[in-house]
Amino acid sequence: MNKRLAALAPTLAGITLALAACSQSGAPGGAAGETIRIGEFASLTGKEAAFGQSSHKGTQLAIEELNATGGLLGKKIEFIYEDNRSSPGESATIAKKLITRDRVVALLGEVASGRSLEAAPIAQANKVPMISPSSTNPKVTETGDYIFRVCFTDPFQGKLLAEFARKTLKAQKVAIFSDVAAPYSVGLAQYFREPFVAGGGRVAAEEKYTGGDKDFKAQLTAIKAQHPDAILVPGYYTDVGLIVAQARQLGITAPMFGGDGWEAPELIQIAGGALEETYYSTHFSPENSDPAVQKFVAAFKARYNGETPDAMAALGYDSAMVLADAIRRAGTTESGKLRDAIAATNGFAGVTGATTLDAQRNATKPAVIITVKDGQFKYLETVTP
Amino acid sequence: MTELLQQLVNGLSLGAIYALIALGYTMVYGVLRFINFAHSDVFMVGAFAGYYLGRELPSETFGGGLLALAGAMVACAALGVLIEKLAYRPLRGRSTLSVLITAIGVSLLLQNLGQRLFGANPRSFPQLFPRHDFRFDGLVISSAQLAVFVITLVLMFALRWIVMKTRIGMAMRALSFNPVAASLVGVSNDFVISCTFALGSALAGAGGILYALNYPSIDPLMGTLPGLKAFVAAVLGGIGNIPGAAAGGLLLGLIETVVVALGGSTYRDAVAFGVLILILLLRPGGLLGRVQTEKV
Repeated sequence: MNKRLAALAPTLAGITLALAACSQSGAPGGAAGETIRIGEFASLTGKEAAFGQSSHKGTQLAIEELNATGGLLGKKIEFIYEDNRSSPGESATIAKKLITRDRVVALLGEVASGRSLEAAPIAQANKVPMISPSSTNPKVTETGDYIFRVCFTDPFQGKLLAEFARKTLKAQKVAIFSDVAAPYSVGLAQYFREPFVAGGGRVAAEEKYTGGDKDFKAQLTAIKAQHPDAILVPGYYTDVGLIVAQARQLGITAPMFGGDGWEAPELIQIAGGALEETYYSTHFSPENSDPAVQKFVAAFKARYNGETPDAMAALGYDSAMVLADAIRRAGTTESGKLRDAIAATNGFAGVTGATTLDAQRNATKPAVIITVKDGQFKYLETVTP
Repeated sequence: MTELLQQLVNGLSLGAIYALIALGYTMVYGVLRFINFAHSDVFMVGAFAGYYLGRELPSETFGGGLLALAGAMVACAALGVLIEKLAYRPLRGRSTLSVLITAIGVSLLLQNLGQRLFGANPRSFPQLFPRHDFRFDGLVISSAQLAVFVITLVLMFALRWIVMKTRIGMAMRALSFNPVAASLVGVSNDFVISCTFALGSALAGAGGILYALNYPSIDPLMGTLPGLKAFVAAVLGGIGNIPGAAAGGLLLGLIETVVVALGGSTYRDAVAFGVLILILLLRPGGLLGRVQTEKV
């Protein structure tokens, strides 16, 4: 029935666009008005909701902090956000709505690369700067010169995972189990394979699944038969949780590891005790003793009933702060000048480390490796580029 | 060799779940000659009923698990009867197409109501039954896999017994043969149809729980894909035919597992639906069904 809805999506998108066009004349111009409008599209519900919610809470906190200290350029920020329900097709519609009807000066979003890739061409065509907090697939910013990100990219993450597999896990033979439906997963698998093989490692088995699958036993049985030293699962937490649980149940004891798609409390809820001997790389650890990080952790806990921020929350926060910094430096929200100011971001002190945007509009910053011990995420090491 | 046996176990346990859902499809089709597309969403409601009951009941005990299973089956049976009363009964006697489209509508309604009530986020399903993994020389069979297999077989035979040996079963068969003649000889059509929906939906409820025990992450859209696969399984075995639905489910599970084991994991769903097209082209009655020619 999902598929039927998917078939309907283009029609719905068309209708929404038409409606947006109709209301355009009546809508107040956000940029010229009393407030600065910033739009966000996020996976607030659905498969990647844990990520979307975290990231959204971080962004929301940043906007509230900015407004509490007088806003930007003497104006308050109006934060307009929409939920894409983690489903394909929605982000494009939302981006159109935010740009044409709400007239936002910039877009923030998304956690999932696939959905950032849907909105990016629309932001680019309308010349509205878009900053993705945590989409790591390189293609996202390749869309055009108005698209930025404040996180590291998958080639960097793939390389550090390859190093990690070889040095820390001492793995020679690795199996890769990736999600064909997620550009993030396919990309990360590829960026892992190249440096790993170049460094003398061997990929013993390569299996695929489709995000949302529930049964992975057939592929895992095939992987088990190859006796890999470690298994790379570059997917998102809902699938990863089931994969790890089913792998352990089939008697696979090899360490399993992945990227920042793993980080959500739901992973532990789904897989529970099966998560011993698993590792993932991510952007941020709340255990970091840096005063800026501890200040953010305290503010986040105070705002959200004692909840500890994760990497997505930290990146969501940083995405809004990088944008605010650029608006201040530009002195205007005019799109061309704002774009140039974002592109010139250099050494911005964010909670996920110093953020510098390179010529490809990507951030270069350190990563951390996290492991799971007794049902808790534990900081293992920091890797610098 | 162990790998082959393990894949066989994987395939059979996946197939047993398809079979269980397919039994519900076949049950309703056999009596009313229409595909209840809302079946896969009743299946989802079953899993959620188990989730909420499971939180109240002691976990990992046989008593608590069976109670949750029974509770979910009752809840789904009630939902099935309600759906039939509100959505399908007013359309009885109209063209099958109207009923089919209504079924799709009910399915979408349940999915979206589910998203509204339960939230769209996946939840982790509690361990209702005590867990044990049986290991034989590298081969692993979990208690959940075994439970699916046994419960599916038991329910299949129970269903067959009800349809073939009880008075209500006889009434169902009579209704299926000729509804007008059945009501002339004193069969209460409304009651029999309600019973059919109650039975079919209870099966979906059991299916939802068993599925969630094997794959403990549930969400309001979880029924869609297994539902469609089970539909394929029902057609594969011959829709309307009870042992056919079970056989079709097991066969489909095995086919999917073989496809994945041979390295074609991305083709898994394509092959499953390819099977549907092939069977409709080559043997429209299904493997165990009879081809019926419609009188014009």
